[in-house]
Amino acid sequence: MDLTTKYLGLDLKNPIVPSASPLSKSVDQSKQLEDAGAAAIIMYSLFEEAITADTETMNRFLHHQDTGFAEIGESILPDWQDFSTGTEPYLENLRALKEALDIPVIASLNGVSPSGWVEHGRELQEAGADALELNVYYVAADIDQPGNVVEERYLEILRTLKNSISIPINMKLSPSFSSVGNMVQRMAAAGADGVALFNRFYQPDINTDSLRLQPSLHPSTSAEALLAMRWIAILYGRIDNLSLGATGGIHTADDAVKLLLAGADVVHLCSTLLKNGAGQTDVILKGIEQWMEDQGFESVEDVRGRVSALAVPNPAEFERANYVNIIDSYSFSPGVMV
Amino acid sequence: MSQQQMVTLDGNEAAAYVAHMTNEVIAIYPITPASPMGEWSDEWSSLGIKNLWGTSPDVIEMQSEAGAVASLHGALQGGSLSTTFTASQGLLLMIPTMYKVAGELTPTVLHVSARSLAAQALSIFGDHSDVMACRATGYAMFCSANIQEIMDFSLIAQAATLESRVPFLHFFDGFRSSHEVNKIDKLPVDTIRAMIDESLVTAHRERAMNPDHPIIRGTSQNPDVYFQGRETVNPFYAALPGILQAQMDKLAKLTGRQYKLFEYVGAPDAERVVMLMGSGIGAAEEAVQQLADQGEKVGLIKVRLFRPFSPQHLLAALPVTTQKIAVLDRCKEPGANGEPMYLDVVTALSESVTEGNMATMPRVIGGRYGLSSKEFTPAMVKAVLDEVAKDKPKNKFTVGIIDDVSHTSLDWDPSFKPAAKGVTECVFYGLGSDGTVSANKNSIKIIAEETPNFGQGYFEYDSKKAGAVTVSHLRFGPEPINSTYLIGENEASFVACHQPTFLTRYEMLDKAKQGATFLLNSPTPPEKVWDDFPKSMQQQILDKGIKVYVIDAYDIAEKTGMGRRINTIMQTCFFAISGILPKDEAIAQIKKAVEKTYGKKGQKLLDRNFAAIDATLAGLHQVQVPGQTTSDFERPPVVPADAPDFLQRVTSTLIAGRGNELPVSLMPPDGTWPTGTTQYEKRNIALELPKWEEDLCTQCGKCPLVCPHAAIRAKVFPAELADSAPGDFLHAKVKGKDFPEDYRVTYQIAPDDCTGCGLCVEVCPIRDRKDPKRKALNMLPAEERHDIEQPNWDFFLGLPEYDRTKLDGHKIKHAMMMQPLFEFSGACVGCGETPYVKLATQLFGDRMLMGNATGCSSIYGGNLPTTPYTTDPEGRGPTWNNSLFEDTAEFGLGLRLAVDAQNQQAREMLIVLADKIGTDLVDGLLNADQSTEAGIHEQRQRVAALKEKLKSVKAPEAGILASVCEHLVKRSVWIVGGDGWAYDIGYGGVDHVLSTGRDVNLLVLDTEVYSNTGGQKSKATPMGAVAKFAAGGKPTFKKDLAMMAMAYENVYVAQVAFGAKDVQTVRAFLEAESYPGPSVLICYSPCIAHGVDMSNNLRQQDMAVNSGHWPLFRYDPRKIDAGDNPLHIDSKRPSIPYRDYLASETRFSVLNRTHPDDAERFLKLAQKHVESKYSLYEQLAHLAWQKSEKPVEKAD
Repeated sequence: MDLTTKYLGLDLKNPIVPSASPLSKSVDQSKQLEDAGAAAIIMYSLFEEAITADTETMNRFLHHQDTGFAEIGESILPDWQDFSTGTEPYLENLRALKEALDIPVIASLNGVSPSGWVEHGRELQEAGADALELNVYYVAADIDQPGNVVEERYLEILRTLKNSISIPINMKLSPSFSSVGNMVQRMAAAGADGVALFNRFYQPDINTDSLRLQPSLHPSTSAEALLAMRWIAILYGRIDNLSLGATGGIHTADDAVKLLLAGADVVHLCSTLLKNGAGQTDVILKGIEQWMEDQGFESVEDVRGRVSALAVPNPAEFERANYVNIIDSYSFSPGVMV
Repeated sequence: MSQQQMVTLDGNEAAAYVAHMTNEVIAIYPITPASPMGEWSDEWSSLGIKNLWGTSPDVIEMQSEAGAVASLHGALQGGSLSTTFTASQGLLLMIPTMYKVAGELTPTVLHVSARSLAAQALSIFGDHSDVMACRATGYAMFCSANIQEIMDFSLIAQAATLESRVPFLHFFDGFRSSHEVNKIDKLPVDTIRAMIDESLVTAHRERAMNPDHPIIRGTSQNPDVYFQGRETVNPFYAALPGILQAQMDKLAKLTGRQYKLFEYVGAPDAERVVMLMGSGIGAAEEAVQQLADQGEKVGLIKVRLFRPFSPQHLLAALPVTTQKIAVLDRCKEPGANGEPMYLDVVTALSESVTEGNMATMPRVIGGRYGLSSKEFTPAMVKAVLDEVAKDKPKNKFTVGIIDDVSHTSLDWDPSFKPAAKGVTECVFYGLGSDGTVSANKNSIKIIAEETPNFGQGYFEYDSKKAGAVTVSHLRFGPEPINSTYLIGENEASFVACHQPTFLTRYEMLDKAKQGATFLLNSPTPPEKVWDDFPKSMQQQILDKGIKVYVIDAYDIAEKTGMGRRINTIMQTCFFAISGILPKDEAIAQIKKAVEKTYGKKGQKLLDRNFAAIDATLAGLHQVQVPGQTTSDFERPPVVPADAPDFLQRVTSTLIAGRGNELPVSLMPPDGTWPTGTTQYEKRNIALELPKWEEDLCTQCGKCPLVCPHAAIRAKVFPAELADSAPGDFLHAKVKGKDFPEDYRVTYQIAPDDCTGCGLCVEVCPIRDRKDPKRKALNMLPAEERHDIEQPNWDFFLGLPEYDRTKLDGHKIKHAMMMQPLFEFSGACVGCGETPYVKLATQLFGDRMLMGNATGCSSIYGGNLPTTPYTTDPEGRGPTWNNSLFEDTAEFGLGLRLAVDAQNQQAREMLIVLADKIGTDLVDGLLNADQSTEAGIHEQRQRVAALKEKLKSVKAPEAGILASVCEHLVKRSVWIVGGDGWAYDIGYGGVDHVLSTGRDVNLLVLDTEVYSNTGGQKSKATPMGAVAKFAAGGKPTFKKDLAMMAMAYENVYVAQVAFGAKDVQTVRAFLEAESYPGPSVLICYSPCIAHGVDMSNNLRQQDMAVNSGHWPLFRYDPRKIDAGDNPLHIDSKRPSIPYRDYLASETRFSVLNRTHPDDAERFLKLAQKHVESKYSLYEQLAHLAWQKSEKPVEKAD
């Protein structure tokens, strides 16, 4: 059985690539993922904003603790000096993963400033990342900002970075574009080597006791994978030299198979790994193999795109919006007399 | 001799260095000023730093000093080398075990930062009261006088204890030595190894308890042999002085530094000799040297070994020409015929004469000096030597104070100053938070470690935590510096003022000498800044020819991305103009230091520090001083003219920083001070003040509730009173049917007392729909609001308090109309504890007796110069005392017993006198329902009537009844303290007091660390939190104090967090107080030790609750009577990941940097723990309860 796939120009032994999650913070857990069959690993995101905040926080609360109060003096937290802040811990982690793993390691970057993207992108490349995923986490909350400005922001970041680094770049996108397909196409034109569909955002929640906002993030469910499935099916085979990664809601081998059938080059796992541990990779891989065997597929290449928009008799089904489906489910089958 | 390594460090670090190197088990407990020794040890072990034997000592924090010394005793008996560190009352807690350790001839060194004892008041500062209480324990007492000696003597003591088997108490003066930074020769590991005889270590192990070679110690002995057994140790004590001197000689061979048990300096033919031990030797040596150089026949005996006291060595050290001796003790033993060392010296000399070793007895006088780090200067030493020269010298004198009561004090001439040899003296005035002290420590390091110069730094800190002021005293010079006193008047060649507001507060230029340089941080441009100086300061500048420089450090900090951190900028100025180092070299050194600190922390930090340094040089300007004064203003008086007399005479002097000038006669003799004095100490430290928007406000009362300093208040008043209000005074029609129709409400801020923390704005739930940035409270720059709010506040104070019997405390809005009787404390900006204390005083303050454990709450509650507990218009208010740290629950119980006893007595007398008083009144008094404010009010009226009546009752019982009848009014006893008290050192007492069933309320202000002593771990510290004594993160879960208290079943228990659910907090306070048995309120109190900006105080409480870290609940035993489950959970299941809570506080997140694997492991365990803990509480809350057959035990 040939499970190999090509992704961002990298040859992968299979299409399972754990996506950015805290698991990659630990070399041990990353090693477990590799042992369980992961074909590559995307590191947790390096958040520029978080780095800046972290550096400032550590600076303020560890280096500047002077109180002037006699019993406390110059520190109330232990006066640790010998540790790193900024990007250094991430880079150290990246180097350690490269050292420990045989599979490709893809760094993930989330920036806020143009200079931040370029500076950190270079650092990650130098530290040995095989590819870079850009996680452009942007909520277009400014209602005066038209969609094309938001889109241009993405493209500008991509172009700038493409000019500064040589490793492949993958764009992790949210579904919040008015024309997702067109956006992906423009990404490809601007130099993206692949896209991951789709990002999930923290959503703020309201605490009804304190009337304050609080962040919330609920683990994904398989139902969410259908969103990526639709768009991958639509995009499959339409844009040259662009890898398609599916992310969000892939919990089972069945979910993974659907996305491969839709046309994904790789499927990314996250919530299921956090919930079930690294071994879930192996469970899903075995499930895919079993399914391929049952269905008589020899290779992932055979499977890929079998149920994409290009391959189905009625591609319009992928374009139907929800209410049409509902009406459609109640329509009668054509061969029955009424 | 090994290669010299010169280092700059303080006394605590010097002692800890040797202690960590030469021990295997280190038992620690926090106490100022000794805590840093434990902190260093913990940090070094968590970094894997090894001792002489290649292993990291096991550092364990205990629940008290008694626990520390007991585990040390065990470790020693088990064959380990073991040590501990302590001070003050902590040392006293060790005394019982110290007798055991010494009685068993166990080698160990106990390092003590000697500190005053709590007597008429607590004091954290240095003297020998604590160690002197140990002189009968059998410990050798060995005293260091400076930082080099501390390191050397720590090692000598370790070597000598192993050889002599006598345990050592090695002590040095708290703060003056423990916290002084100085340049010393660090003992190399080889030298330490050479001093420790391995065969003696083995011998110690061989004497240990070991089941392979069992022994029995600790037997119980009877009259037949105990006495003889006690006498067996004599040879060990007899040998000790010789052993110690031999070890001193051995160290001398290794290092070149020769010490003596009694060391003489001065004229070889001295007739007058002064004797003392400790840091005062530094000042004494300078004085004696100066006088001897001038030809006076004076000398000094430096005492190093105090126990065993060796007359033979003393005699050997004393010049044969000695005719008169003055012995100085740094302690006070009331009622004794002199202080301990004086008595020992007299005895030793008298014995020597008796035994024929001395022909005639010199005349000896004794005196006290330096209690609680009181300044001790060469001028005072001269006064002592002058006194002893007199024919009839004063004996049992004091020096350093003005004693106009017993007339013990000696006068001294402050102008006597030893000639400084090339020493440059510099004084810096800063705010605690502006980093002045850190920057100065850094400067000393630069000068002392990068140049051949020596450097000394001593730092005066504040007892206030918000807006604390520091004064740094730095000396530099070519020779070692042992001037163990502050830089005095006309001595400093450099004076820096890091805060422009200090110009009108402190007389900084008194310290400046002729031709000195004055550096001022001020936003006023150089050409105008002259006019900012008060007239007297201008005159000083002119008289002394002072060069004045000005820099706008805050502007440079802002522009270079440093925010409000001005330390690097001011440090650069110091180096640029003080001339201590060539300017370019100095700047290069500062940059090197910055690089060392921030090299691994990101380029941005480095860049902006460098930018700030460069911008500083461009922004520093010399002020062209005009030839004459131009100002017509002086420093304003420190307390208002209408302040009470005591404040005018006494407190104002303390506030002005001139407390040293107050004579004994002005001190209350029993430690009783007036309450309600913070209102007169107007500090005006806020940068921003809140402004109330009366049109938006819904009058919910949340802002006064959360205010840590009681600086925003609510009052309801009749509309007509507003007619005389200042024009800007804001008020609105009071909402709700509970108040009269035509009444107005105001929410007024106290502009001089607000610290600008912004919590009131943070909590305000109301936003303007049209402009959501506008809340019903908004922070505005203080300069815009201060002068407007000041008359408003004065007017507010004049408004009458609303009748509290008409208020319903269950409603926050109502409760916040009650006057807080705890106001304007010195607690930190945004303090998480004080809102609870304040709430209690609002609800119950007029009937509160408070026993307060030592800690933050006793410091902001009772530290001079001014104290925050105050009174209502009738003069009632909380009455407050701090007994100790460990005994507070029992102390509070005692208060309860006292008021109950007096209540009982009054009841009995009422019955006896019923006929004379009138049965209606007696019935009313005996059967009063005091469960409501109205009920209490009525009882007070009855008591007033009773008092009136008793004046005419002729019976012996009438006098008794009159003296106790006030206790017929409900008394609310509150026992207050932090988690260090309730979870650790005081837990035994807490547990016992809860078991008594008596009506007391325990208020546990849980910051999850020992906040006041600097953030050490307690049993309340959560897993994975980094704290001092837990530098590698606490590996165990937080103790569940609530569950332990609930196990009694008759204790009211609540866990609250006002920032998460204020209604529950208020309800719990009312229920606890109304419960007629013991109550415990465990209050989540965010603290600066959590590593979070305290403006997020409320958010952190919310996160603590939502993450499951701090479930809210109330356990009310009264429900059991009704057959209900007593436990009610007030918070929902954990709704946010524990990770998110941890990520928001540096105490947790720093562990990801230092110990990432542990951090992750702790997180997982803690996540599971909070979930299972919640489930457990939930299950308990849903258990079915049967109606109790036995009523709950009640106190009365």
